[in-house]
Amino acid sequence: MSQDNIEKDQPAAAWEPNIVGFLCRWCSYAGADFAGSSRMEYPPNVRVIRVPCSGRIDPLFILKAFQQGADGVLVSGCHPGDCHYSKGNYYARRRMTLLKKMLDFIGYHPKRLRLEWISAAEAREFADVVREMVAEVATLGPAANERVENAGQVAPTPSPLSEESVGR
Amino acid sequence: MPRIGVFVCHCGTNIAKTVDVEQVTNAAARLPNVVYATHYLYMCSEPGQNLIKEAVKEHSLDRVVVAACSPSLHERTFQNCARTAGLNPYLTEMANIREQCSWVHTDRQQATAKAMKLVRMAAARAYYDQELYQTEIPVNRRALVIGGGVAGIQAALDIAQTGYEVVLLERTPSIGGRMAQFDKTFPTLDCAACILTPKMVEAAAEHNIKLYTYSEVESVSGYVGNFEVVMRKRARSVRMDKCNGCGVCWQKCPSKKIPSEFDAAIGMRTAIYVPFPQAVPNIPVIDRENCRYFKTGKCRVCERQCSAEAIDFEQQDEIVKEQFGAIVVATGIDVLDHSVYGEYGYGKYPDVVSSLQLERLINAGGPTQGILKRPSDAKEPESVVFIQCVGSRDESKGFPYCSKVCCMYTAKHSILLKEKHPETQIYIFYIDVRAAGKGYEEFVRRAQEDFGVKYLRGRVSRVFPRGGKMVVMGVDSLLGEQVEVEADLVVLASAVQARSDARELARILNITTDKHNFFTEAHPKLRPVETLTAGVFLAGACQSPRDIPDSVASGSAAAAKVAAMFSKPHLLSEPMIAQVEPMTCVDCLTCQSVCPYSAIEEVAFKDPLTRQEKMVAKVNEGLCNGCGTCVAACNSSSIQLRGFTDEQVFREIESALAS
Repeated sequence: MSQDNIEKDQPAAAWEPNIVGFLCRWCSYAGADFAGSSRMEYPPNVRVIRVPCSGRIDPLFILKAFQQGADGVLVSGCHPGDCHYSKGNYYARRRMTLLKKMLDFIGYHPKRLRLEWISAAEAREFADVVREMVAEVATLGPAANERVENAGQVAPTPSPLSEESVGR
Repeated sequence: MPRIGVFVCHCGTNIAKTVDVEQVTNAAARLPNVVYATHYLYMCSEPGQNLIKEAVKEHSLDRVVVAACSPSLHERTFQNCARTAGLNPYLTEMANIREQCSWVHTDRQQATAKAMKLVRMAAARAYYDQELYQTEIPVNRRALVIGGGVAGIQAALDIAQTGYEVVLLERTPSIGGRMAQFDKTFPTLDCAACILTPKMVEAAAEHNIKLYTYSEVESVSGYVGNFEVVMRKRARSVRMDKCNGCGVCWQKCPSKKIPSEFDAAIGMRTAIYVPFPQAVPNIPVIDRENCRYFKTGKCRVCERQCSAEAIDFEQQDEIVKEQFGAIVVATGIDVLDHSVYGEYGYGKYPDVVSSLQLERLINAGGPTQGILKRPSDAKEPESVVFIQCVGSRDESKGFPYCSKVCCMYTAKHSILLKEKHPETQIYIFYIDVRAAGKGYEEFVRRAQEDFGVKYLRGRVSRVFPRGGKMVVMGVDSLLGEQVEVEADLVVLASAVQARSDARELARILNITTDKHNFFTEAHPKLRPVETLTAGVFLAGACQSPRDIPDSVASGSAAAAKVAAMFSKPHLLSEPMIAQVEPMTCVDCLTCQSVCPYSAIEEVAFKDPLTRQEKMVAKVNEGLCNGCGTCVAACNSSSIQLRGFTDEQVFREIESALAS
């Protein structure tokens, strides 16, 4: 069976949440690995991107993920005080706090961005967070719809570079 | 264009059972820039690795993507495999389709679809991989050991004996540290001086060790292999090259009533003094704050008495700057200031003493020549009460931790008193007796059973004088009764505390402390003597309360780490570090303010286009650890983290979400 067949096999109605996870390599990525070696089952909706530290996560990464159609983004690092680089996770916490407010402002449900502290020993916590988040985002529905719905409530400002203005 | 090869591993049935590896391979083969894809039973095995090497040659691959287990397990393996195939090892990527796919999902179709996405993400990332090279950092093969207690002496001796030069820096006039103050050591009751002083002499005689006593660290710059340390050698007012340690000066010094730090303020010293008779170096210093000449401008008795003409009142502090490759921190501990326990009357009643004072009172070299006389009337006590956990395990006073050594030294004190005067009545108030250590539990039982020391489980509420004796009021929690014990002497088992200026030193060295100001290790179990600052190591009780055997062991461990570092021709730095693009840098230095390693410096840069000079940020490769916090903080996107560039992460995000 080829890749195309798999995608065709799935009925179009069966929408599944697409979630991108940014995990720091020292704690949370290792925690996710530990969930694997402990064979803890969780839904396959999260695609993990490994980063050296949660402090490396540029808010642009999250905006990019939403722009590309993510329904949720999980950011996870070492517990406060445990950062391998001593304070990267504190910077991540500040950035995510601000970003969450901004996402709310542009019409995304705040639950679509989740910040968690998961240590290398917390396999159970990682599996639980993924399960919980997939269920929550599934209830919220596709992020694209939400953006369209909420966007209707604000008077649209045509961008000078939008496709219409360019004349296509 | 990069030519990517994808290698999908079955991991026996670990992956192949839940993921259709053949389908993953077929899908991979159709990805952009993938020119070859295959699957194999065990990719990490010798035949698996050979398969990769041959494919690299046969298909002229310049990127290798291995879809297998977690990179934390085999990234190094496949990087080395790529290296032997003639590729730069950093052109390898892994897709984790085992720990984060086949092991956590059961639906074969879903797991296969996810595995395909993970491979696609890795391939997208690999496209932007760059050749990276570890840079060679030269190593200055000299070590600085800060603190001349038993841990520092041990570390210095061990490093020196492997053939490297060491500077052993000590703040007080003599090395020896806390251990030199002790009378005997538990559980063997060896005399502390008998086992320590030969080591002190050995350290002084060792030609690879330079002793800097009465000296302090002012500042540290640089990075692993190349530290530059500024030290202040305080003015002794005595010329070390002339003094022969005859001792006439301190015998004749008229300022005699200065509480001795070494004798824990139980004994007195003169203004010109050596802290104790076996001091190394055996050369006095003048305590300028208490010296009559420095206070009044008149006296100079010592100068007149000194036949060696060693006294130099004009001497100035000397600032020296030296280069080191590694630093061992062994600054030891303070003991609790008992004033926080007003109810025990320390400082108010002379017959309430600290354990360290008792140590000096029973020491043959102490102010009473080892005959225990209580401070108030010099009477030999007939009954002694010890109170344990004074400051330890007491959250209300801010010390939740156990000081680890007090149970043992209190048992030691009780045995030492009983050995000299078996008729002395000894009571010990304790919470729990913690005697975990070789021969420790047996030692405490000896105190209880052979020497008849009475252990009372409970806290003491108050200590007050009555008719020439001290009354100790407490509770015996095993009997559930209030108890009142009369004693001639009360001894407080003082908590061990971090040095009051530990945080200041941590700041100078850029290492971290815990909330009680003890220095923190890189990993509490697996990297116990390293710090998160490469090249800075820890030894002894500055890290956590510990006894002599543990301090010596950690001193040797730190020395082994230093020697291992020095034995290499050069150090290799991890290439995955941040890099500033000076053309676009706007010199806002936001990166500098967020960097946990102080790795960002400001340098001048000449723009090749405009030929104008401007200031820009620059990453010091020796200091950068590659966390990437600066990259995310950079306002002008001028910093990139090699191996984790924005480009790579963006492509990874796109391919994670593409349908």
